[in-house]
Amino acid sequence: MSTRNRATRPLLVGGKYLAILLYLLFALFPLYWLLKIGLTPDKLIYTEGTALWPSWVTFDNFRSVVTQTDFLIYFRNSITVSLSTAFVTTLVASAAGYAFSRFVFRGKNLIILLMLLTQMFPLLMIISPIYKIFATVGLLNTLTGLIIAYTAFNIPFATFLMQSFFDGIPQDLEEAAMTDGATRFQALRLVIFPLTLPGMAATLGFVFTAAWSELLFALMLINSNDTMTFPVGLMTFVSKFSVDWGQMMAAGVLALIPSCLFFFFIQRYLVQGLTSGAVKG
Amino acid sequence: MSRPLHDDKLPGTPREPKIRRRSAHEAKAAQGSRFGLSLSYLLEPYLYLSPAVIFIGLVILVPLSIGISYSFQSIALLKPFDTGWVGFENYEALLHDSKFMLALKNTVRWTLYSVFFQFFLGLGLAMLLNTKFHGKKIVQALVFLPWAVPAMLSALTWAWLFNPVIGPIPHWLAALGILSEPYNILGDKDLALWGPIVANIWFGIPFFAITMLAALQSIPSDMYEAAEIDGATPWQRFTKITLPFLAPMIAITVMLRTIWIANFADLIYVMTSGGPANSTQILSSYIFTTAFRKLDFGYASAIAVVLLVLMMLYAMILLRMRQKLVKV
Repeated sequence: MSTRNRATRPLLVGGKYLAILLYLLFALFPLYWLLKIGLTPDKLIYTEGTALWPSWVTFDNFRSVVTQTDFLIYFRNSITVSLSTAFVTTLVASAAGYAFSRFVFRGKNLIILLMLLTQMFPLLMIISPIYKIFATVGLLNTLTGLIIAYTAFNIPFATFLMQSFFDGIPQDLEEAAMTDGATRFQALRLVIFPLTLPGMAATLGFVFTAAWSELLFALMLINSNDTMTFPVGLMTFVSKFSVDWGQMMAAGVLALIPSCLFFFFIQRYLVQGLTSGAVKG
Repeated sequence: MSRPLHDDKLPGTPREPKIRRRSAHEAKAAQGSRFGLSLSYLLEPYLYLSPAVIFIGLVILVPLSIGISYSFQSIALLKPFDTGWVGFENYEALLHDSKFMLALKNTVRWTLYSVFFQFFLGLGLAMLLNTKFHGKKIVQALVFLPWAVPAMLSALTWAWLFNPVIGPIPHWLAALGILSEPYNILGDKDLALWGPIVANIWFGIPFFAITMLAALQSIPSDMYEAAEIDGATPWQRFTKITLPFLAPMIAITVMLRTIWIANFADLIYVMTSGGPANSTQILSSYIFTTAFRKLDFGYASAIAVVLLVLMMLYAMILLRMRQKLVKV
């Protein structure tokens, strides 16, 4: 390390921690507020609105969300839909991303353009055609229908993401394996797949979160309580209980738990930085 | 994904005997016979792509064409006897619609500010997270959290934070002297759009940070070591190694993100419903209002098509730029 670096180091480190702290505050404060409202007793919600700390804390809202509402059903539906969507999308997108990254073929640009096109219009525009199609094939009001729709809408971005991960892995690796007699699939499974794990984990995380938060399709394609997902369930808090803020925010806090867990899990793979390590070795 | 296929499994293509191990010399010789596999090699990319294409075609492209056809029809539930093809009538009506023009202007403001701050703060965050510091694991998990919050929930939370009666932000701003008194920002037609924009920045930074961080981590670290030995300054290392490596990723994420944000009305819809006096109405929230409040699906589709065309133009420009960027 040069002397110049050493001289500026303490300042840099200090600045770094300050920046991290500031960002943490920005990222967490709204979530703290969400939690605060969920923990505040109903009668204090308005009177203590702007206070940083509630003078009294209660778990009543959480308790009633779990015991008196259909929260658990929504929760289970959302888990099913998000996990299935994430896994199917990641598999399909990995295959497609690999094709984009490694092959030159006729129609490649056309398919890429079509995929880009799918990102460019407001989803509202195709809600009613999809509604009609799903009604015809009997997918309306089913979790399978939601999974299919979410998968389709997440594939393009996930594909671009996977392609860039594959682009980061030198082609020499599988070519060397294939020269040694492995088929392309063997090379993929044994050499490339382990290197792509962080990418796949990241994609899984993105898609899971996207599916977990999606409101519009769930709102339009689902209307029975048994198949409602979480965001739609949250909407019902508005109408059913004349906006029970405490309960709604408590439910919101609970809805965050799976996403948090998922992020903690995904992180391990992101942090490992497998790609750089393995390419070097 | 249908089970990944490899050469041997393809029906009707010449098979290569399975050879487990070959010396480098033999392998060189085998290169010739590999051309016999050219048919399967030609088909292979399509096999990898087919599940994706089938999903997209059936669930997106078919409904999209139907949706576009709506824009040339009169489909207003309030005028049930007046349906049918009307040519460009919906589009002509757009030209005289002052709300549409306002929404178009707001879309540009909303998208520009959101993307700008999300990107730069996200890149900064990714670079911070790409260094070593105490408690990194927990910090990383925590700063990514906003992305995991469903849009509707973040909209509600931010609407609370901005509320002058029950939220702290107006009081802070008043204390800092930015506002004369803690009034309702979301009700002020000059400032209201900043409410959803701030919520959107908060919500979207992690997205950029994660993508950028993943890209940063795929840069071989020995490049930095070599540069450091050669006496490159941190700024040089950033502009000569980091940026060129990230450029393709930046181009594609900025492009996609811009398009998503332009189309993303959840935050606006929950926080301001486009008000006051349409001052926060963007094109996609205007589509929602037209379709589900006025129940005029034909007109809503026409607005959507215009937005789609604008996005395509933007994407074309950006892709051109990316091509130049990557070549350099």
